[in-house]
Amino acid sequence: MSFSASLKILQPLPLNSTRSNEKPLFFDPFRSPSKFLGSRFRIPSLSKSNTRSRSSPAVAVSEVVKEKKLKPSSNLLITKEEGLVLYEDMILGREFEDMCAQMYYRGKMFGFVHLYNGQEAVSTGFIKLLTKRDTVVSTYRDHVHALSKGVPSREVMSELFGKTTGCCRGQGGSMHMFSKENNLIGGFAFIGEGIPVATGAAFTSKYKREVLKEADCEDVTLAFFGDGTCNNGQFYECLNMAALWKLPIVFVVENNLWAIGMSHLRATSDPEIWKKGPAFGMPGVHVDGMDVLKVREVAKEAIGRARRGEGPTLVECETYRFRGHSLADPDELRDPDEKAHYAARDPIVALKKYLLENNLASEQELKGIKDKIIEEVEEAVRFADESPLPARSQLLENVFADPKGFGIGPDGKYRCEDPKFTEGTAHV
Amino acid sequence: MLPTPLDLYTQTLRGLASQWWWPAVFKPLHFPQISRLIGSNPFQRSNSINAGQSNLSLEKKMWGIVRQKVGAGASSIPALQRIRPAASSSRYYSSAAKEMTVRDALNSALDEEMSADPKVFLMGEEVGEYQGAYKITKGLLEKYGPERVLDTPITEAGFAGIGVGAAYHGLKPVVEFMTFNFSMQAIDHIINSAAKTNYMSAGQISVPIVFRGPNGAAAGVGAQHSQCYAAWYGSCPGLKVLAPYSSEDARGLLKAAIRDPDPVVFLENELLYGESFPVSAEVLDSSFTAPIGKAKIEREGKDVTITAFSKMVGYALKAAELLSKEGISAEVINLRSIRPLDRATINTSVRKTNRLVTVEEGFPQHGVGAEICTSVVEESFGYLDAPVERIAGADIPMPYAANLERMAVPQVEDIVRAAKRACYRAVPLAATG
Ligand SMILES: Cc1ncc(C[n+]2csc(CCOP(=O)(O)OP(=O)(O)O)c2C)c(N)n1
Ligand SMILES: [Mg+2]
Repeated sequence: MSFSASLKILQPLPLNSTRSNEKPLFFDPFRSPSKFLGSRFRIPSLSKSNTRSRSSPAVAVSEVVKEKKLKPSSNLLITKEEGLVLYEDMILGREFEDMCAQMYYRGKMFGFVHLYNGQEAVSTGFIKLLTKRDTVVSTYRDHVHALSKGVPSREVMSELFGKTTGCCRGQGGSMHMFSKENNLIGGFAFIGEGIPVATGAAFTSKYKREVLKEADCEDVTLAFFGDGTCNNGQFYECLNMAALWKLPIVFVVENNLWAIGMSHLRATSDPEIWKKGPAFGMPGVHVDGMDVLKVREVAKEAIGRARRGEGPTLVECETYRFRGHSLADPDELRDPDEKAHYAARDPIVALKKYLLENNLASEQELKGIKDKIIEEVEEAVRFADESPLPARSQLLENVFADPKGFGIGPDGKYRCEDPKFTEGTAHV
Repeated sequence: MLPTPLDLYTQTLRGLASQWWWPAVFKPLHFPQISRLIGSNPFQRSNSINAGQSNLSLEKKMWGIVRQKVGAGASSIPALQRIRPAASSSRYYSSAAKEMTVRDALNSALDEEMSADPKVFLMGEEVGEYQGAYKITKGLLEKYGPERVLDTPITEAGFAGIGVGAAYHGLKPVVEFMTFNFSMQAIDHIINSAAKTNYMSAGQISVPIVFRGPNGAAAGVGAQHSQCYAAWYGSCPGLKVLAPYSSEDARGLLKAAIRDPDPVVFLENELLYGESFPVSAEVLDSSFTAPIGKAKIEREGKDVTITAFSKMVGYALKAAELLSKEGISAEVINLRSIRPLDRATINTSVRKTNRLVTVEEGFPQHGVGAEICTSVVEESFGYLDAPVERIAGADIPMPYAANLERMAVPQVEDIVRAAKRACYRAVPLAATG
């Protein structure tokens, strides 16, 4: 079995020699000696399975982590370099979003702006493990996923300002970030929509490998979405197909307990989302989404599985948004105690503490990173502010990938221009 | 007896579940035992229809979650008392004494129809405890309880279909889409399950359901959230499609829609919700309804007919005002009903003015304007003194950037310019580029 890929860093031993000692972190219905219903699906043998009831203490991430700490080869989950990368990415997410709030209130950006504050550990914990070729599919709450995936902050800011230097030239906006170069393929504003598209991206990796014989195609797709989205049919449809076809995808649920003003508990008959993984024949995991190191450990396993062609994983990250649903949400339904409870578990504060306590970084270094990021975000605002508005001519561009074959003549003019449209409506 | 494979499978799952990572700290908040007791079924929550409030406060205590807006402040005032006296003399109705926002008009219509008929119920996302994403359902949860004001999970296909099933059995669901954009996930039920059933069942099963919510271009929300569905649903037999403009329209048409035995798509506009309109005593009467299928002439004129619906009626009226300063008398028709379309009113007007400008926010191709134009060509061709002018949204997905967005939706100047063109008072063609 190969659930313990994460141990590579902790234990530079050949994987085979350590695997058998590890407690499985994932339930994997595919790996078991006994057959279920004669199908190719296997279930773990009963003799090995633990029959404790639900109420008895379950193995928590912290215990797994502790166990790992005892290993002689290493006592830490990350190296200094990794720690600083995570810290910088999370600070960037936080500072960027705080700046967005300011800019929104100053009228520099408009419409629905959904901020990510509080959830940084999920974006950073997962996306920082990806290669540039791996794909991320996000929702309307997508600024920070874009940043983690490598889209320059100035391009994201400029997009939010509706400027032509934005990553989508001002045509997409806050809820629709795309970057082909970084394999960020949206930016989906409708609930559930991104999940099939992400599954299609994962399908492409498999197709490239198996049909187009690109043997080196190991690209993985991450689909990010919220708890509320897990009540939408598209989620279940894709769990089924991803497991059925063993697609290289990780379904990352950012369970922040609320869908606008709808409490997860009020909306969902069984609120344990991770359980839906095993129901479809894939591992399901629940992880503390306020702890970037725990998220990262789980992400390593899940991404590793996908990369090795072992199929999809469902990961439920329990997290919390520190602001309203969007900047237009009065946020009146969430209990102040609940907010305080999660505010006290700020993922950035927690990582900072870990880095300092384990002497991975000094106060000075961390302050240096924060100062650098503050400067970067301010520069992004300057850049966005000074950038030009999209020109009129941009209005009609990009409707088709091949406008020449459709409506633009050799003279560069629109061949099937609608005179009413251009004269009456569009001012172009 | 040997366990069956299924037994083994379930046992195994149960056994393994306890090995899952489960930080104890999440447990209390995440899975309170009480959620099992209460469940998500609103009917388990209380025994009587009016017990909603007390049960909500019970839940509040049990879950430790504050739901302070329920039952607070203004929402307990009956909707009709919220009308404020007109601040200035009214614009179009010299006799009107009161003003009402479109939001209050819709809210009062829902309130009155729910109190008149226990078969009427509301469902949708955030219609209850949040009081509606745009506060249209404010106070209704408190008044009618969670059995009749149902907060649904985010599952448009599911709850629209559930509404349709309830309507087959004679209930009168009012299904709110947070915006009509999201109705795309439910369009199967709107068209296949709702619109076609009366016909397929040869009249045995009617579907008295209302699908309502904001439609059309909003501001700054990009391509997916900014789109008009009038032409989409207007092309579908078996649906009635209404698009109110004023508070009178909103009240009268929504009440008519709820009482109607057929499926009605009710297209509101987010940007109109906060606007106040004068309302007469007749409009405020709980028996008031506006006829489905009848347009309303908002302003009489003799030189050119301008048809519009929803927010564009306001633009057309502004354009008519500007045109009158230049000596052009425009007649403004508020369509109110997209399907059935009031062809008679439109053609009568065109036969009088001999010129037509159609205005809509939606895409030009196969739009409402195209249908109106066809009707006029078919019925009043000989009366036309100028080509029909069609004003529509740009033929592109809605851009985000504010300057592009403004160019992509019709503006008052566009209507003025088109009307002048129709009246042969040519203005120089807009500069190209
Ligand atoms: C199909 C559809 N229906 C409704 C909405 C409106 N809406 C936007 S966000 C949201 C809540 C989503 O909650 P969740 O999935 O938990 O994600 P979170 O916002 O908490 O990150 C809703 C209902 C939508 N965008 N798409
Ligand atoms: Mg959520």
